[in-house]
Amino acid sequence: MATHNVRITVNGEAREAAVESRLLLVHWLREELRLTGTHIGCDTTHCGACTVLLDGEPVKSCTVLAVQADGREVMTVEGLEQDGALHPLQEGFQQEHGLQCGYCTPGMLMTGRALLERNADPSEAEIREAISGNLCRCTGYVNIVKSIEYAAAKLR
Amino acid sequence: MIPSAFDYHAPGTLDEAVALLERLGDEAKVLSGGQSLLPLLKLRLGDAGHLVDIGRIPGLTGITESDGYLRIGGATRESDLERSDLIRDRYPILLDTAIVIADPLVRNRATVGGNLAHGDPANDHPATMLALDAEVVARGPGGERIIPITDFFVGLFATALEPAEILTEIRIPVPPPRSGGAYVKLERKVGDFATAAAAAQVTLGSQGEIARAGIGLTNAGPTPIKATAAEQSLLGRQPDAEAVAEAARLAADATSPSADRRGSVEYKRDMARVLTGRAVTRAVERAGGQ
Repeated sequence: MATHNVRITVNGEAREAAVESRLLLVHWLREELRLTGTHIGCDTTHCGACTVLLDGEPVKSCTVLAVQADGREVMTVEGLEQDGALHPLQEGFQQEHGLQCGYCTPGMLMTGRALLERNADPSEAEIREAISGNLCRCTGYVNIVKSIEYAAAKLR
Repeated sequence: MIPSAFDYHAPGTLDEAVALLERLGDEAKVLSGGQSLLPLLKLRLGDAGHLVDIGRIPGLTGITESDGYLRIGGATRESDLERSDLIRDRYPILLDTAIVIADPLVRNRATVGGNLAHGDPANDHPATMLALDAEVVARGPGGERIIPITDFFVGLFATALEPAEILTEIRIPVPPPRSGGAYVKLERKVGDFATAAAAAQVTLGSQGEIARAGIGLTNAGPTPIKATAAEQSLLGRQPDAEAVAEAARLAADATSPSADRRGSVEYKRDMARVLTGRAVTRAVERAGGQ
C-alpha cells in the first residue's frame, strides 16, 4: 500500500499525516481529523455537500485526493466560526431560514464564503450561479440566496 | 466510494513525468484536475495502478496570445478560462464553452487539457476546438509533436495521444478580423452532459459573405464531430436564414447519436440541427454580420 507523508493546513492549523494514495480528501477530513461538518452526499461529484475551500477556492472534496492537497490550505465549515462567534454567513442561514434538513448547508456555506471573498456585493443571479454546483432538496434555494445576501450586507 | 489501490506520483518536471509514464507503461494514467478520472476510478469503471499527477509541474498553465496563436496550457483550469479578460474580450466562444462545463466547483479543478485528453464525446471543449481548428501539443519520449484537432479524437474515450505522451498546450490560430464564434448547449440541468450542443466559428469576407466556417458537435456520436459538409455549404454565401438552415440540416445529417434518458435518436438529431442554427447565427452576429 503506497502512502505519502503530507503537510496540509486545515482551518489555519498545520497537520501532518501519512495518507494512502487513494484516500479522498473528504475521508481524511472526516475520518482522520474527525471534522465531520463536511458531508458526503452523492459521492459522485454532483451534489456539493462535501465542498471545502482549497487555497480559498471551493472544490468537491469527494473528488480530490488527500495527497493532492499536500502543501496547500484547506478550510472546512468548522473554520468559519471565530472565537465563539458565528460567521455572518452562518448567522444569515439562521436568520433567513436558509436550511431545513441541513445536509447541504456546510457546502453552501463554503461556496458562499468563496463567493463573498471574490465579490462583496453579488447580485441574485451571481449568487445563484455560484451555488449552482450545490444541490438543496429542501428550500428551493430562495432562502439560501437571502441568507447569502444577508451575510454580504453584514460584511460590507 | 473508494477507488482500487494505486500509487500516486507527483513529478516536478515534464521530463520526469514522461519518463515515469514510459517506465510504468499501461498501468499509469495521467491525473490533471481529476474531475473525470477520479469519479471513474471511484465507480470502478476504470482502473489504474499508478496516477501521474501533472498538477505540480510548472509551466503547464496559462492563457496567452503569441506568434499568431492563442495558447492555452494543458493544465489550465476551466475557471481560469472563465475569468480571463483575454478570453472574455476576444474568444467568447471559449467563454460560452467554459461556463457550461459541469458546475463552478468542478471548474475550479477541471482542466482544458483534461477535457480534451479524456476523449469523451460528451465533453464540451472538443466541439469548440474542432470549430476553431485548434492544434494539440503533446510531449512524449520522442520530444514534442503537434496534432491537428481533426486527427485527435480517434474513438470513444480514445485520442491520438500515445500512452507516454502528455497534452501540454492547445494552440488556436488567432482568428482574422470579422470573425466570431459561439457555443450553444442544451442540457437538462446544470452539470449535465449535453443532450446536444454545437460550436460555430465564422469569418466574414469583404461583402459580408462567409469566408470561413468551422462547426463542431458535442455528444452526437462516438467521437466529437466536425460537420464538414455543413461548413462547406456556408462558404461564399451570405449568412441569411436559408444558408443557416441548410448548414443546420447538414450538421444534423452528420450525427449518429444514441438514445438514452436525454432523448431519442430523432430528438437529439433535431436538437443538433436547431443548436447548429443558433450557434452559426450568433457567430455571425459576433463577427459583425447581421
